[in-house]
Amino acid sequence: MGGDAVNVVNEVIAWLTDPAQWSGPDGIPVRTLQHLYYSLLATAIAGAIALPIGVYIGHTGRGALIAVNLTNLGRAIPSLGIIILMFTLVGFGLVPVLVALIALAVPPIVTNSYIGVRSVDRDVRDAAEGMGMRGRQVLWQVELPVATPLIMAGIRTSAVQVVATATLAAYVGLGGLGRYLIDGLSQRDLPQVVGGAILVAVLSLLTELVLGRVQTLVVPRGLAGQGADAAVRAKVEKAA
Amino acid sequence: MTDGPAPVLAAELIRWSWVGDHLDDIRGYLVQHIELTGLALLLGLLLSFPLALAAVQWPRLYGPILGFTGVLFTIPSLALFILLIPFTGLQIQTALIGLTIYTLLILVRNIVEGLRGVDPDVREAAQAMGYTRARQLFQVELPLALPVIIAGVRIATVTTIGLVTVTALIGWGGLGRLFIDGFTLNFTTPIVVGIVLSALLAFAADLLLVGLQYRLTPWARSGGG
Repeated sequence: MGGDAVNVVNEVIAWLTDPAQWSGPDGIPVRTLQHLYYSLLATAIAGAIALPIGVYIGHTGRGALIAVNLTNLGRAIPSLGIIILMFTLVGFGLVPVLVALIALAVPPIVTNSYIGVRSVDRDVRDAAEGMGMRGRQVLWQVELPVATPLIMAGIRTSAVQVVATATLAAYVGLGGLGRYLIDGLSQRDLPQVVGGAILVAVLSLLTELVLGRVQTLVVPRGLAGQGADAAVRAKVEKAA
Repeated sequence: MTDGPAPVLAAELIRWSWVGDHLDDIRGYLVQHIELTGLALLLGLLLSFPLALAAVQWPRLYGPILGFTGVLFTIPSLALFILLIPFTGLQIQTALIGLTIYTLLILVRNIVEGLRGVDPDVREAAQAMGYTRARQLFQVELPLALPVIIAGVRIATVTTIGLVTVTALIGWGGLGRLFIDGFTLNFTTPIVVGIVLSALLAFAADLLLVGLQYRLTPWARSGGG
């Protein structure tokens, strides 16, 4: 591969705008939906696993060391290796990819929801208890709403990584936008490869943008507009 | 679950005789992994220092610099490597440029935050003692910013070690080559060896950087700081 860059740009544009690319089971719409399906499923399962753990650790303070270091540990695990290992063990199907994507998505959600609940102002917690709230009420009515920005930030971080990594699903025979990359590489079809790479990059950036928007929408009104966003961002970045 | 290879028994995840027979290959992959990681970090630091210094000097630049490196960071790694192919082919530069790009966001952010976190009193004291701008930067501000900078280098290092494995799909990959070998042979041993070694490499590099920080910041050891 290689060759004249200008020529490649023209061929990529031709590939992306070819109507044949936009219909049928190999078409861009179907591939995009498959990609989103894997990503949504993995992120939802990861959230169902990680949120209770993170919130529990934040509420009780037990296991804090694990919660803080989980994200760093997670970074050391190579997703491609997990996908291929699981594929070798259980064969073709959604499972290998889901396992790798869930393993990728759980740590940031645990760490962020832990920090979110933990960093609720002591005075706020005391005030809630002073008003006669019990542990569970404090959790549901005070800690969780106040922790929403950080929890959402964790989900967003995970979801963006999952969408990016779901590209590798194609390596073990599944669909998604990664197909264009993997097939194009093996067929030495550069326009397909680059066109696919552009599509994946755009989908990741859109995920980041859309979830960023969702994040500002779900933040309770009482928390918004007092510089909370900047403070939260600083905390999230420290955590990440 | 109809096509694809038949499931193998999980009982034999690792066959030690294979590992013994392939020690030279494994060592070669490990060396390539370390070289790619080290070079990417070196290039990343060389690029992010001027960017960070510019962002500290002209705060208006910080937003755009973070935004740009952030967008690059969001692009899936395989996609980024592949987008570089028209320019650099399947040479090592493609892997290296991609890996370097991913370190930028983390490094720039931490260098800037580290330098901004320096106590203004300390800075004024240095000025009052007649330090030039350059001397103040290298002898006062950078040493004080070191813990935050090294924290960034640690994250960048561990992230890069993971990303190197993806470059196996464009012909490089260090230990990631073992994943491809295992996939081709339908054999778990190389895959397990690759996962374990790259995770161990990440931990070892992280510990090394913690040790480096401990040695470079002797003032932080006493007084519980």
